[in-house]
Amino acid sequence: MNIISQARIAIVFFISMTILCGLVYPSFITLIAQNMFSWQANGSIIESDGKKIGSILIGQNFTSQKYFWGRPSATLPFPYNAEASMGSNLAPSNPVLIEQVQERVKYLKLEDPKYRQTIPIDLVTSSASGLDPEITVRAAIMQLQRVATARKTDEKEIYDLIMQNTIGKKFWIFGLERINVLQLNLALDKISADKDSYE
Amino acid sequence: MSHLDLLQLVIYLGIVLILVKPLGWYIAQIYSGKIWGRELLNNPIEKFFYKLCGIDPQQEMSWREYTTALLLLNLVSWLSIYVLFRIQAYLPLNPEAMPDVAQDLSFNSAASFASNTGWQAYGGETTLSYISQMLSITLQGFLSAATSMCVLMALIRGLVRRETTKLGNFWVDALRSIIYIFLPIAVVYAIALSQQGVIQNFNAYVQVNLIDPFMSTSGPNVEYTTQTLPMGPVASLVAIKQISSIGAGFFNTNSCHPFANPSSVSNLLEMIGLILIPAALCYTFGYLIKQRGHGWMLLSAILIIFIPCTYLTMLAEQMGNPVFDMLGTFQQSNFEGKDLRIGIIDSAIWSATTAASANGSVNCMMDSLMPQSNFLVLLLMHFGEVIFGGVGCGLYGLIFLDIIAVFIAGLMIGRTPEYLGKKIDPYEMKIISLVTLMFPLIILLLSAYACVTDIGRNSILNPGAHGLSEIIYAFTSVFYNNGSAFAGLNVNTTFYNITIGFTMLISRYWTVIAVLALAGSMARKRYVPASIASLSTHNLTFTVLLVCVIVFMGGLTFFPTLSLGPIVEFLSLWRSYAII
Repeated sequence: MNIISQARIAIVFFISMTILCGLVYPSFITLIAQNMFSWQANGSIIESDGKKIGSILIGQNFTSQKYFWGRPSATLPFPYNAEASMGSNLAPSNPVLIEQVQERVKYLKLEDPKYRQTIPIDLVTSSASGLDPEITVRAAIMQLQRVATARKTDEKEIYDLIMQNTIGKKFWIFGLERINVLQLNLALDKISADKDSYE
Repeated sequence: MSHLDLLQLVIYLGIVLILVKPLGWYIAQIYSGKIWGRELLNNPIEKFFYKLCGIDPQQEMSWREYTTALLLLNLVSWLSIYVLFRIQAYLPLNPEAMPDVAQDLSFNSAASFASNTGWQAYGGETTLSYISQMLSITLQGFLSAATSMCVLMALIRGLVRRETTKLGNFWVDALRSIIYIFLPIAVVYAIALSQQGVIQNFNAYVQVNLIDPFMSTSGPNVEYTTQTLPMGPVASLVAIKQISSIGAGFFNTNSCHPFANPSSVSNLLEMIGLILIPAALCYTFGYLIKQRGHGWMLLSAILIIFIPCTYLTMLAEQMGNPVFDMLGTFQQSNFEGKDLRIGIIDSAIWSATTAASANGSVNCMMDSLMPQSNFLVLLLMHFGEVIFGGVGCGLYGLIFLDIIAVFIAGLMIGRTPEYLGKKIDPYEMKIISLVTLMFPLIILLLSAYACVTDIGRNSILNPGAHGLSEIIYAFTSVFYNNGSAFAGLNVNTTFYNITIGFTMLISRYWTVIAVLALAGSMARKRYVPASIASLSTHNLTFTVLLVCVIVFMGGLTFFPTLSLGPIVEFLSLWRSYAII
């Protein structure tokens, strides 16, 4: 068994595996995914009036008073930059992290002065991907009054909307109870639009 | 911690343990060349590849020939990735027109993927074209994992066979690993993941119109009205990276990214993938050496270490950061660097598992873990990546420690040490010592160098004791071919790319050659039938001894550095809490 013949086998073996595992396998999966789950395979994108307005899986940076806000995002150069996912990577002991959390707590208290309870932790800590599309139920409740005031809507109505949009734990065990911010905001817009047309 | 939280760990491990026996049995059959009474050699797919590549499947190899074939394949892999990254701008399937990758980064990444490490000094969605992702990570997921499996099988044959020099045919083993084991599991995984929402397409990045445009808060005043969503063949890559221990992600944030890990179900599936094959291999080992008790003994030694470490990680993350509490937040659980659909508990279980299993994919930001968790994940790696470990490499590492345990037991009771009926001679112990001594030598020397020079220190993000943890974690992770990172450390510098690149190559091939040499020398030995004087290796006493050997060999070697990193950080964090 000489080394030249082994090297020849190595090259041909590598090329045939490149074709099988590197090209055929991903293409085969694409074929199946595109046919069976084409919405998911293309990014779970939702449209409104024929325009793509976002992916249900990727968070967006909501800043207006009339919308629910998502979690802080550490992506650069602007928050929720889906082209470059990133966490803050700040250690629990890093003074920068503590400063950031402090500022966020202060800001949230300023924006929702009527909310007397403690601040939900997910609204003051940045997510792993920087693209977390969800917030906890408590975080939504906290923003309830602000959104209701900005939209001149009944609080009860928005509260019901929050409850309708709550995603439970999977099999009652895995994950947390949470709310997709984009879906909730779209539902809000829909209610407001319905009202406008009614009036 | 509530009972429901604990139940997550129980269900997770339960599913894996149920699969151990059937999968382990299947893998054993594949490498024996016969399944349900049918010769695999007669399979037309196999025959086709043998003919295509000019392989003679009947010809068995000595350990030197086996090593040569293995190294040649890995050399071709390594060169191909380097060239691919350097010329990706000229290749098809590059809708975002990604430019060529820099020299040092290409070298580092080629070493990382060929050696089954999956260390990434770049962000995937901003650096690589689709063809580069497919022909580096996806392809090497199969090839590098097959390499590890082959090394393990050669070692097992060396232990089982008597008075021979032949260890099997490398090409046959590699082909069988890919087409019977990795490819079928990867296809099932990829389809399940794409159903959950992992993307799989070859489209260009998609621009969406925001319903709430916003102004930039820093820098020039810009209004952002759109968001650009990355696309690509992600499901096929995530599937193989989870089951093959390569762990390199499509995106910068790996499995934290909602397109790579969109739901609790996908998270559970990917988490099972981390240790599915490594756990099953314990049974395969027991089956092939015809002492199933020994396989179960190894698995229980693994679980004895794994379960408490994981439990404590869960506890640490749940208890969270004492500082948050003072700032007036509702909970103090450590939500920094974690996504909600995954949650605190599953992030903690995954982090411990990925550290233990040499996989290195992450679903939360490891750098933002609590210091107690930092300690535990570092410890799990320092045990030598044998607590499950990577596919193949975890188990051959564990067999090394198993032999050390037998050797120590032999010394204690004054008998010649025997392992599975083969005498252990000075030659074998020398090989094992050469491997185990490399660990502290390289990790500690390189970490020390990085700590005292500006080129090493300038990359640190987090100040104080945590900065030391970042550097230690980087070198430990690449040395054990894990590939996860404390990503605050900026490793895309020439210094880190080169040192880390060489570390991955040296540790991987040094160990592989040593294992094959050991296999060669064990295969030549005569079988000594078990007698009343033989040491029993599948009872509780020996399990405890093995656990002690794992803990002492790994834990004690690195304990001083751990006490300067995570332990100091832990103490200072709680001290600041007490004073304020």
